[in-house]
Amino acid sequence: MVRPKPAGQSMTATVSISSIEKNFGATKTLKGVSVDIAAGEFLTLVGPSGCGKSTLLRILAGLIPQDGGSIHIDGAPVDHLPPRARDVSMVFQSYALYPHMSVRENIATPLKVRRLSSAARWPVVGRMMPGQAVARAAIAEAVNQVAGQVEIEALLDRRPAQLSGGQRQRVALARAMVRQPRVFLMDEPLSNLDARLRVHMRGELSELHRRLGATFIYVTHDQVEAMTMSSRVALMMDGEIIQVATPSEIYANPVDVRVARFIGSPEINLLDARADQHGHVSIAGRTTAFRSDTVGPFTIGLRPEVLAIDDGSSEIVIDSRLQRIERLGHDVLLHMRHDAGSKKSMTLRVSAAELDALQANGRLNENVAVGARAGSALLFGADGKRLPGLHGAAPPELVAYGLGLRAVGA
Amino acid sequence: MAMVLSSGASRAVSRRRLGAEIAPAVAYWFATPSVILLVGTLLLPIAVMVTMSFTDYELGALDYSFLGFDNYATLWKDKAFWRALFNTIYYVALVVPASVVIGLLLAVMVNGLKHGRKLYQIAFFLPVTSTLIAMATVWKYLLHGTIGPVNHLLTAIGLPAMEFFGNPSLVMPALAIIGVWSLAGFNMVLFTAGLTAIPQELYEASAVDGIDNPIERFFTVTLPMLGPTTMFVVITTSITAFKVFDTVAVLTRGGPQGASDVLLYVNYLEGFQYMRIGLASAITVVFLGIILLLSLIQAKVLERKVHY
Repeated sequence: MVRPKPAGQSMTATVSISSIEKNFGATKTLKGVSVDIAAGEFLTLVGPSGCGKSTLLRILAGLIPQDGGSIHIDGAPVDHLPPRARDVSMVFQSYALYPHMSVRENIATPLKVRRLSSAARWPVVGRMMPGQAVARAAIAEAVNQVAGQVEIEALLDRRPAQLSGGQRQRVALARAMVRQPRVFLMDEPLSNLDARLRVHMRGELSELHRRLGATFIYVTHDQVEAMTMSSRVALMMDGEIIQVATPSEIYANPVDVRVARFIGSPEINLLDARADQHGHVSIAGRTTAFRSDTVGPFTIGLRPEVLAIDDGSSEIVIDSRLQRIERLGHDVLLHMRHDAGSKKSMTLRVSAAELDALQANGRLNENVAVGARAGSALLFGADGKRLPGLHGAAPPELVAYGLGLRAVGA
Repeated sequence: MAMVLSSGASRAVSRRRLGAEIAPAVAYWFATPSVILLVGTLLLPIAVMVTMSFTDYELGALDYSFLGFDNYATLWKDKAFWRALFNTIYYVALVVPASVVIGLLLAVMVNGLKHGRKLYQIAFFLPVTSTLIAMATVWKYLLHGTIGPVNHLLTAIGLPAMEFFGNPSLVMPALAIIGVWSLAGFNMVLFTAGLTAIPQELYEASAVDGIDNPIERFFTVTLPMLGPTTMFVVITTSITAFKVFDTVAVLTRGGPQGASDVLLYVNYLEGFQYMRIGLASAITVVFLGIILLLSLIQAKVLERKVHY
């Protein structure tokens, strides 16, 4: 069923996931997940633990069967195919290296299974079977080449137990790369590494993806990994994909309050707001000049960096008390308490220079007003869905244009 | 030994623990109860036994005299002792491979079941919990030369009836069958524990790598990952098999014509039937030496192969 790959053609394929369902007993782990992945794309499935992202990846690999829906790789359905025939390779969280084999044998395994006869693969006696010298030489060559690509040539004769976490990670990558699959599946491959190495490997994985040009499907619970490496992010919650978008789009334009909360660190600040029957909006009990399309309670989301200590020019103002200052070097986080939301706490991100200026001219008192431009506010309805922005509050650069238009009209 | 070494390292410098000055001598006091137990229950009896192996002590006798290595020389020249030793080794050679392989197969097969896993595990473990002497009588009936169901089965399919406990060349295999039956269940439980410790991701990795034949998967993932378990199972089974006694004592009493004489049975005869404690002690020393050697060899050889 697997089409032979023409030599020289780039090893990549589209992956189409349509309404995949999976139940474990009475629990619906996946509730009709659909997403189309372009050839050569780096798509990240991100979500909290238990959202079904790893299950989806295993269904893609053919390790567990789905209960509904279908998977197409390069346009052809693969639902009936075992993992071996799907031409995908997978990197696991624990790396899943064979502990009794040397690094060389680990990397060679996928090729041996495919290129040597089953008799030649028997332990011990297999090597005595005739007519395999050419195949074995080709495998050794491929192993050396891929080991060079991830810089582990010096480790080829060691056992996995003798390697550090980062080195094992590279071996796992090499084993995935050696047979040049069209699709790479990665299940939280960086989460067992220490923080420093994780940042480094993030860069290496992006670089690897660029060099190989293959389709990467990457599962993580870490939104930073999702934001930094992917060409698109698919955010999963409770067995559903809530939004698929580029990292910048999913940050700036979340379609759901859960997306807004999951993406971004520190978390987005959510404030209670209400619109009366005329659409006049009050935030934290303060009436504002803005209007909204809805009536009744809703939520306003403000990212930590759009907030500032009010200097009189803010369009949205929240009274709050300064609780704690957290210096991160270039940036400073100000933790505030307020009464305008169920969470009652709020985080501001300002630059260290701004903080110094605030402290110098004595504006950082215990009780401060925090303000933001209305255009930067994200509105979410009571059901969590995104609402259109506040009226009379176009984004800052459009305000002048809007005013000008009105002047012309008048 | 280890105790001496570690306290030697601390020397006479008093150390601070949780702010309190502790005299080094206190360490010895804390170690005393376990040292007394160790010496009293293990080392002393062995020392006494080794000492007695150099004497002509007989059970109930009032005095004894030292013979040096006479007892060992007697054993060396005794055909019955050599026969018992070879019978025991024969038994071990039959029982260990069979019970380890069967235990492993049972564990893998039962572990792969969707339903009834517990039921099969209990069923195969039952021989371990039952008293072997009671079960031996059942086996005696099953393998009986004329009324045994096994022989009925053999004659029914056209094979000659076999006198399992009457034929010198069949008696050790017959005893080995009972030994395998009683040990395989225990080995299965040990292997099952080892199987559950194999990470699922390794099986998934092998599937993605293209290993979809169950037998190849077994040799690529399961068996290597069971290495440490297998080593433990082989050592414990060898020791247990070497100690074969109850089935011989109940079923054959060393017969026919000494064909099922085993070390411990000869030992028992010498010590408690003929009351020759000195000679029995010498047999025990040889027995202990063999077990020690066996464990050491297996540990040395296998240790290098199973720990990655």
